[in-house]
Amino acid sequence: MRSNTYTLIFTSIVTIVLGFFLALAADGLRDLQDLNVENDMRKNILLSLGFKPEAETPWTSDDIQKLFEENIEALVLDASGQRTEKDPKEIDTEKDLEFLPIYLKKIGDEVGGYAIPIAGKGLWSTLYGYFAIEPDGRTVKGITFYKHGETPGLGGEVDKAWFQQNFIGKRFVDENDQLLGIHVIKGKVLSDDQEAYHKVDGISGATMTGKGLEYFLKDDLAKYEPFFKQMRGRQS
Amino acid sequence: MAFLDKKSKQAFTDPLSANNPITLQVLGICSALAVTVKMDTAVVMTLAVVAVLSISNTLISLLRNLIPGKVRIIVQLSVIASLVIITDQVLQAYMYDISKQLSVFVGLIITNCIVMGRAEAFAMQNSPGKSFLDGLGNALGYGGILIVVSFFREILGSGTLYGFQIIPDSAYAAGYENMGLMVLSPGAFIILGLIVWVHRISADIEEE
Repeated sequence: MRSNTYTLIFTSIVTIVLGFFLALAADGLRDLQDLNVENDMRKNILLSLGFKPEAETPWTSDDIQKLFEENIEALVLDASGQRTEKDPKEIDTEKDLEFLPIYLKKIGDEVGGYAIPIAGKGLWSTLYGYFAIEPDGRTVKGITFYKHGETPGLGGEVDKAWFQQNFIGKRFVDENDQLLGIHVIKGKVLSDDQEAYHKVDGISGATMTGKGLEYFLKDDLAKYEPFFKQMRGRQS
Repeated sequence: MAFLDKKSKQAFTDPLSANNPITLQVLGICSALAVTVKMDTAVVMTLAVVAVLSISNTLISLLRNLIPGKVRIIVQLSVIASLVIITDQVLQAYMYDISKQLSVFVGLIITNCIVMGRAEAFAMQNSPGKSFLDGLGNALGYGGILIVVSFFREILGSGTLYGFQIIPDSAYAAGYENMGLMVLSPGAFIILGLIVWVHRISADIEEE
């Protein structure tokens, strides 16, 4: 049996040495990790706005950065829908509720669409994604999810193309431009349904994920409503 | 492997089949269910376990005569936990998409019974070289089963292999459907059960 002093010294040394290597790894890799997180965000903004990687060749991180810098303008709106001087990077969407980041797709001087961050509870987890809107302020341009913990094969289908394709071209306002949101229904949307313009096919086995998505999407859209009202005014 | 004596060779080859950690010792089942939906996650998980287990076994074996008996489990655990955190950090930096899919399961290698089990049962008594081979063998025995399970789950559950579509579109048009059960954990239990059965029959092993 070794003495207590030996045990204490030995464990201290082990702790210090291991701690040193952990700090080294965390510090040395932090820049790369932050870049990955940021690129993942950029990739999802690009995807929601209808950019697609060419078939069979996924984007490299350089491609993403280049596309984003060339085509996307990042802005922050205040609660009344006015532009502010802030940078979206300064905004924590979960804390700074009065500031709303928005990403503009630029085509020359024209705006080709807007992407807003969306987040909310599904069944098991919080879903995070982006929702893109056409310049008319009424029509859905795309939707993506980059983080969620829903059941794979059921609620997890929200990150699949077939579900996201559903949203494209739908309208989230009625004839009088009142906000309706997007209704995730059970089963398939029938083509003769008068209300089909704001309904999308649900995921079978994932009713609760669909319901959650419907609610938080409407909440998030409501926050940006002052801004989209201006867009609609300009168009009609 | 002529350059290795018989005992070292055994340390490496035993866990690959005759004493496989999953099918015979039934260790590490939790992660075997969680990360085997797709082959790419199973392969990366295998690499992560290979890295952690072979290095942890070597380090612990190097320290085996210095570690005080009273605190040996805690020391083993800190070595393993540090290695797992470093592995997780490296994955987040260099394989971000896959690390997102593996999420907590890389972190949970810490609690994988195989890693602690090999440290305590083998590395504490054997030389670093043998311990390294033992760690490598156990990790590959574990990973091999992971990859076999994910092969069946991916092709039956998603119709793809390593992300490439295998079941042709014409089959889907003719009414073929992916087996939803395979994507969920019970699918892994069924596949794993069948593998244990086949393995035990073919290796002619009987429970005493």
